[in-house]
Amino acid sequence: MLHQHSDNHGGSWEGAAAPFNISYGKLMMWYFLLSDAFTFAGFLIAYGALRFSSPSWPVPDFVFSTAPFGIHDAPLIFVTIMSFLLIISSVTMVRAVQEGHRENKKGVVFWMLLTIIGGAGFLSCQAWEWTNLIGKENMTVTTNPFGSHIDDGIYLDEKGNATGESFKAGASYLLHKSEEGGHDEGHAEGHHALAKGDHPNALVDNEGFIHKKFKVTSGPSAGQVQMEEFGPKAFGALFFFITGFHGFHVLSGVAFLLIIMINVASGVYASRKNGYEMVEKIGLYWHFVDLVWVFVFLVFYLF
Amino acid sequence: MSHKTYEESKKAVVKGLFLLGFVTLIEVFISLFGKGHIILGIKDIAWMAYPVGLIIAVLSIYKAYFIIYEFMHMAYEVKGLALTVLLPTSLLIWALIAFFQEGTAWKARREFVKEKNAKSVEPLKGKESFLDDNTLLRL
Repeated sequence: MLHQHSDNHGGSWEGAAAPFNISYGKLMMWYFLLSDAFTFAGFLIAYGALRFSSPSWPVPDFVFSTAPFGIHDAPLIFVTIMSFLLIISSVTMVRAVQEGHRENKKGVVFWMLLTIIGGAGFLSCQAWEWTNLIGKENMTVTTNPFGSHIDDGIYLDEKGNATGESFKAGASYLLHKSEEGGHDEGHAEGHHALAKGDHPNALVDNEGFIHKKFKVTSGPSAGQVQMEEFGPKAFGALFFFITGFHGFHVLSGVAFLLIIMINVASGVYASRKNGYEMVEKIGLYWHFVDLVWVFVFLVFYLF
Repeated sequence: MSHKTYEESKKAVVKGLFLLGFVTLIEVFISLFGKGHIILGIKDIAWMAYPVGLIIAVLSIYKAYFIIYEFMHMAYEVKGLALTVLLPTSLLIWALIAFFQEGTAWKARREFVKEKNAKSVEPLKGKESFLDDNTLLRL
């Protein structure tokens, strides 16, 4: 089973034989990735456990339905584009490794450059996504304005009477912030201008979040007037920490790709004559980042 | 190392690109279908979440398998290496079962506490009370 490398002259006990017929660097990269997989698995399982423990959870196709250039109500479209960027950059990485085996320096640099562009593109998309969530939708690590209804109900108007606007249990909502001080920015949904305090149709809290009031029409609390509460607090923290941790992996991956690409261009690895093994190692890491995204995508956006 | 010729590996890469892209598109489509974006009313069928969740989970695991075995070359490594990497991850199956069970139990407990809090308790009156004023004085 084990093929000895031709350059392994000593016995196994002198440390000359390569375990699993693979170089030390690649083997250790595999075990590092294994331990990293457990870290990510721990995070994602924590997300699952907290989601199972909550009576309601923000629906991803409602939370992630905006895209740049003012696109609204486009569920999951933007994150699908982000996934494609990572898949494409993974594929260009495979090409870089193949060119490395052929000792084709120009090919390696070319395909690594494309990989870096893909990774930077992914990071830019994530930066936009975070900016939108924090800046426009007011989601932070400790505040989650995305909630979902537990019962059916009907919203109330300014006089406290039922409007024609009803919803079903499980429907999602986003708590908007009241914009006192006018509409100088010209928002399309310009009806969010309520003074702080208790109104018949909504409560505006000290931070300016509008909690719309509604009459429950199903379940044990039917007939009661309730208001939209914040969603499960853990959602914001889990989202920013897990996608942030993955994004940090992408960022460091791009940094290492850049360093190794410069080394390739300056001929550091060509002189080693080992088929650009360093490119293979960063390739393993880069594919792992794509692999983790498969599961982050599944857990946060698809379920 | 790969046992393919250069031309064959180049073709395999293009194949991998289309495969992963196609599977991702199917996943998004099925996910949106399950949420009622494609056919309205699907959302009201309660059990629909299970087959939809199962299908997208299996497709994601297939993508993971493809990335590990083709892109990361695990298919061309010694079997022992594959086992030392893949066997430990199988421990996660237990972690999934245990923590999801924990989450579900947690939710049941929360609802139980809410239920109990909603119940009103009649206060004990006069001498029947164990902790009346005289008792308290003696203590």
